[in-house]
Amino acid sequence: MTASAILIQFLNGLSGASSLFLVAAGLSIVFGVTRIVNFAHGSFFMLGLYVAYSLIDRFGHGAAGFWGGVALAAVAVALLGALVEVLLLRRIYAAPELLQLLATFALVLVIQDFTLWAWGPEDLLGPRAPGLSGAVNIAGHQFPQYDLFLIVLGPTVLLALNFLLKRTRWGTLVRAATEDREMAGALGVNQKWLFTTVFALGALLAGAGGAFQIPREPASLYLDLSVIADAFVVVVVGGLGSIPGAFLAALLIAEIKAFCIGIGDVTIADSVISLPKFTLVVEFVVMAVVLVLRPWGLLGRRLTPPRRVGAVERPLALPSRRAVYALAACGAALALLPTLATGYSLILLTDIFVFALFAVSLHFIMGPGGMPSFGHAAYFGLGAYGAGLLLHRGGLPMELALLLGPLVAGVGALAFGWFCVRLSGVYFAMLTLAFAQITWSIAFQWDSMTGGSNGVIGVWPAPWLASRTSYYFLALVTSAGGITLLWRMFYSPFGYALRAGRDSPLRADAIGIDVRRQQWAAFVIAGLFAGVAGALYVFSKGSISPDSLAVPRSIDGLVMVLLGGVQTLTGPVWGAALFTWLQDAAARNVEYWRAVIGLVIIALVLAFPQGLAGFLRDRFAGERHAP
Amino acid sequence: MNIKHGLLALTLLAATAAGGNAVAQPIKVGELNSYKLFPAFLEPYKKGWQLALEEINAGGGINGRKLEVVSRDDGGNPGAAVRVAEELIARDKVSMLMGEFASHIGLAVSNLAKQRKMVFVAAEPLTDKLVWEDGNRYTFRLRPSTYMQVAMLVPEAVKLHKKRWAIVYPNYEYGQSAAASFKKLMAAAQPGIEIVAEQAPPLGKIDAGAVVQALSDAKPDAIFSSLFAADLQKFVREGNIRGLFKGRAVFNLLGGEPEYLEPLRDETPEGWWVTGYPWRQIKTPEHEKFLAAYEKRWRDHPRLGSVVGYATMYSVANALKKAGSTDSNALIAALEGLEMQTPFGPIVYRAVDHQSTMGAYVGQLAKKSGEGVMVNWHFADGASYLPSPAEAKLLRRQ
Amino acid sequence: MNVPILKVAHLSKSYGGVRAVANVSFEVVSGERLAIIGPNGAGKTTCFNMLNGQLAPDQGKVEFEGRDIAGLKPRQVWRLGVGRTFQITETFGSMTVRENVQTALLSRHRRLRSLLTLAARAYANEADALLARVGVLDLAARACAVLAYGDLKRVELAIALANRPRLLLMDEPTAGMSPRERGELMRLTSELARRESIAVLFTEHDMDVVFNHAERILVLNQGELIADGRPTEVRVDPRVREVYLGNRFADA
Repeated sequence: MTASAILIQFLNGLSGASSLFLVAAGLSIVFGVTRIVNFAHGSFFMLGLYVAYSLIDRFGHGAAGFWGGVALAAVAVALLGALVEVLLLRRIYAAPELLQLLATFALVLVIQDFTLWAWGPEDLLGPRAPGLSGAVNIAGHQFPQYDLFLIVLGPTVLLALNFLLKRTRWGTLVRAATEDREMAGALGVNQKWLFTTVFALGALLAGAGGAFQIPREPASLYLDLSVIADAFVVVVVGGLGSIPGAFLAALLIAEIKAFCIGIGDVTIADSVISLPKFTLVVEFVVMAVVLVLRPWGLLGRRLTPPRRVGAVERPLALPSRRAVYALAACGAALALLPTLATGYSLILLTDIFVFALFAVSLHFIMGPGGMPSFGHAAYFGLGAYGAGLLLHRGGLPMELALLLGPLVAGVGALAFGWFCVRLSGVYFAMLTLAFAQITWSIAFQWDSMTGGSNGVIGVWPAPWLASRTSYYFLALVTSAGGITLLWRMFYSPFGYALRAGRDSPLRADAIGIDVRRQQWAAFVIAGLFAGVAGALYVFSKGSISPDSLAVPRSIDGLVMVLLGGVQTLTGPVWGAALFTWLQDAAARNVEYWRAVIGLVIIALVLAFPQGLAGFLRDRFAGERHAP
Repeated sequence: MNIKHGLLALTLLAATAAGGNAVAQPIKVGELNSYKLFPAFLEPYKKGWQLALEEINAGGGINGRKLEVVSRDDGGNPGAAVRVAEELIARDKVSMLMGEFASHIGLAVSNLAKQRKMVFVAAEPLTDKLVWEDGNRYTFRLRPSTYMQVAMLVPEAVKLHKKRWAIVYPNYEYGQSAAASFKKLMAAAQPGIEIVAEQAPPLGKIDAGAVVQALSDAKPDAIFSSLFAADLQKFVREGNIRGLFKGRAVFNLLGGEPEYLEPLRDETPEGWWVTGYPWRQIKTPEHEKFLAAYEKRWRDHPRLGSVVGYATMYSVANALKKAGSTDSNALIAALEGLEMQTPFGPIVYRAVDHQSTMGAYVGQLAKKSGEGVMVNWHFADGASYLPSPAEAKLLRRQ
Repeated sequence: MNVPILKVAHLSKSYGGVRAVANVSFEVVSGERLAIIGPNGAGKTTCFNMLNGQLAPDQGKVEFEGRDIAGLKPRQVWRLGVGRTFQITETFGSMTVRENVQTALLSRHRRLRSLLTLAARAYANEADALLARVGVLDLAARACAVLAYGDLKRVELAIALANRPRLLLMDEPTAGMSPRERGELMRLTSELARRESIAVLFTEHDMDVVFNHAERILVLNQGELIADGRPTEVRVDPRVREVYLGNRFADA
């Protein structure tokens, strides 16, 4: 690269950093105060862009129309944010942790379909910014004026936020709440009002982030999810709740990306490494490295562990004899089903069995382990790829591939888990996500082994298992067996130690438990069983592609666990059944099926904050406690 | 069982009880696609096959039987798509499958089609593997593949005698194989060309400023791109502002498809060579007929997806008519060598690799009253850009 | 009775140049109840955390039953026979009182790796016996999260006793309790210590508790040990009076 090329790529990085920072800052503030992992933040960004497009279209492309449209769009999104907080989130602050995550995920689905309905399917490319539509000559290169504006905008917003947080009474309250929620409550802060305004500010920043992108990218329907991942990475790398940290992280990531692209291909020892291709996953690699070296991000501080704000989990009572019989009867009924039904119900149930095992394996670390993984699909996918490739490339018989595939997931969990269990809470979750994305990108890029983005096809079960009915039985037996084993572990000494480590790491350590080791072991067990689910999955589909270890699969797992009830035993199974069935039924019967699923989830979250199984337990078991 | 299906079952029951078999049972075809994932292409596609379906049934259906399409969203990932396909086969008892857009999902469904011995007419997936490396007896594909469309652009590229080329493509199979085919075909047609830069941004997430800058730093004479959708729009705007395209020839696969061209409006880069669909200007009788019918039915103009949906539906109907049965073997026999008319002219489903000879329009971009259009275009017949039957046979694994 | 089970020699710890604990040495004999007192910031907690494994000392030795335990992790210290309670109670809130004690017992028997056996019946009788000893057997099936603070302190004690410790470290055992509860808890502790000859080392702010229940008192000031003796001796030590007790104590 020439010196002038370096300069220009550096400036590109700066303007990219500003864009990233705008979205991330809002997310960081919201998380700092409310501890909500807001999946809908990317949707707010997308709405900001769409609304700005429409407003500018209406007001005209002049300066007033453009800047007025941008400002109004941000305000509109802020109002929507406030509305969401008041109508939805406020009602579930007392629910188990992470339930808000489920609610915001449902919002993502609703907003996706709303946007499609309101603006149609085509990308909408807005106008250039009036007055900033051209380029200036910098070191012999044409550099967009608007990018210069963005370069200034980022630090300006940083300073403004800094002023707001450090110099105003409201900011003092926000900082107090970020440090210690209860203390802020004790100071007489009107928490409701504070949360609403904070959420509105977060949405305002997201909306503005979107609106300011008008001259740079079209409004399109993919933006929500692609932005939210980036924003989370920036927030976590910077350190949760730290605005300057978010700025630093945005700068770091944007510059690394710009220079990966700028440097291009590099030849090391006769092999060509394409750095531009590395941008597929670079932010997640940065996140993994930063979290391994600095467990609380660049400028973050150790979080005061959220002192069980929500409902405290009840002791996990051994299922009563009646419950065991009922579960056994369910199993028996499922085993007899093929005599009554054939065809599609068996196929849907096979999927449900696979996802139930996946959800229970996630619940194993999330519930008793207190480790909410955002990247559990990695182990599902590793099991699937392991089994599929052992058959496809290794030439192993299918039965053997099914047995050995999960070990690949186990090995992955062993390696990644070692790093992950050193962290806790959202940092843990984000490191699992980073590893999952890295795994995904390897499957995506390693064409000669994994078949790249297309994946591998032709991985079908052995002939004796090929019929729908026999595969149904295989899935039923494997999944029921796996779930029984995992549930048994909940009540084993190992399970006690795991819960002990979650409830009080200090006490657990003080009675001789090596908490990290225990968590690591649990992580590997969960990975292994997720791998079993993945291996079952691959042979039921006959093919495998990177989708099986991508973020949506991880989110599906979270949704299943939370929907069923993270603080219950059987909840994740019901959650998996309901969610899989709901996706299938909604997609079959309505056009806007994502919105329908979102609305159903919101209704369920509001009606049963303890999850389905939690609701049933409360309703029918009364206040019964452990024996 | 939902209400809709319950009602349907009841109606069927009533019909059978009352009228015996006065009316022949309709023939059911299963259609599945990622409607929520790629709505820009697939909404017009759906309108296309719906129009065709109405025409077919108005014209007496299939040998006197009504044609019915059971259409489903495939959930946007291969696993869910396979389940939906299974449902269409097992529960809806369809006779054929059609549809799909994304390559990896198309491959997964084609793989299932083979396992369940069910004919699948793939509408859109562009991957070459679908008919060659991973092709199977049950899968047919309508659209010209990545390789074919690259091959359609290459003669124009060769004519310009540019030496230094830069390549940019979305980093997944479609982009990778477009780049690979381009390099291979160019090297054969114009020995000594040089690839001076290669950029593969992640799909949907191009860092347009940096990519444009990197390409410009390499000082290429010409650029070959296979970007589309939002990536293409970002690339075009940044490139326009930063002057990347000044004095450089640019080739962009799919760039002339209305789905991707129309959003560009006054940003449309003039002079680019593209494959696409100049729907306003095609004056063949078959296209004018289609255009009139489409505009009348939907009060909107067709996109490329509309043509694909329309022609896929007719492929299915013609195969069913010719086979005179819903048996898979009969359908395969009917589809192999099936000749038929489409809005783009006549096509044949080649027996050797099950690829249709549908072509594409190759031309240059221009701006006309603030909208992007194609000019200097010609129709490239797919048949001329396919490997010979003997070569194709070698490309297929089995 | 006079065998020292804990020998602390020249223990030191600094934070960024500030000496939190400087050259502290003392011994604890079996069955003895020993209090560490001192004004805020005197180094009590730092000293304490070097004994239980939470902090590694910069210098010095901590010998428990003849074995150097300085720098060992809390879980290793515990295995050797040192139990502890926390200033703010640390129990497993989502587990029942019995399960809390069972977990400690399972750990003592190194059975926590067991994946597929049921823990519910493991050591249940032993757990109940421990709960009876601290007087909370009737709460055995309740979740710790719903217990009153005083009861939690007793549960902690039962957990600490599960490993049959020879030394019990109690950080501010009566903090946050009512005067009545304080008396009860400390009487219980003293009784247990006597009956099973467990040495008890505790820090405490409440001078009534200290002078009623400690047999020996260590006084720390600015990281240094300034007094070590029986309550009666410490009571009259002029240095102690000067830095810490002042006149408040003269009246008592």
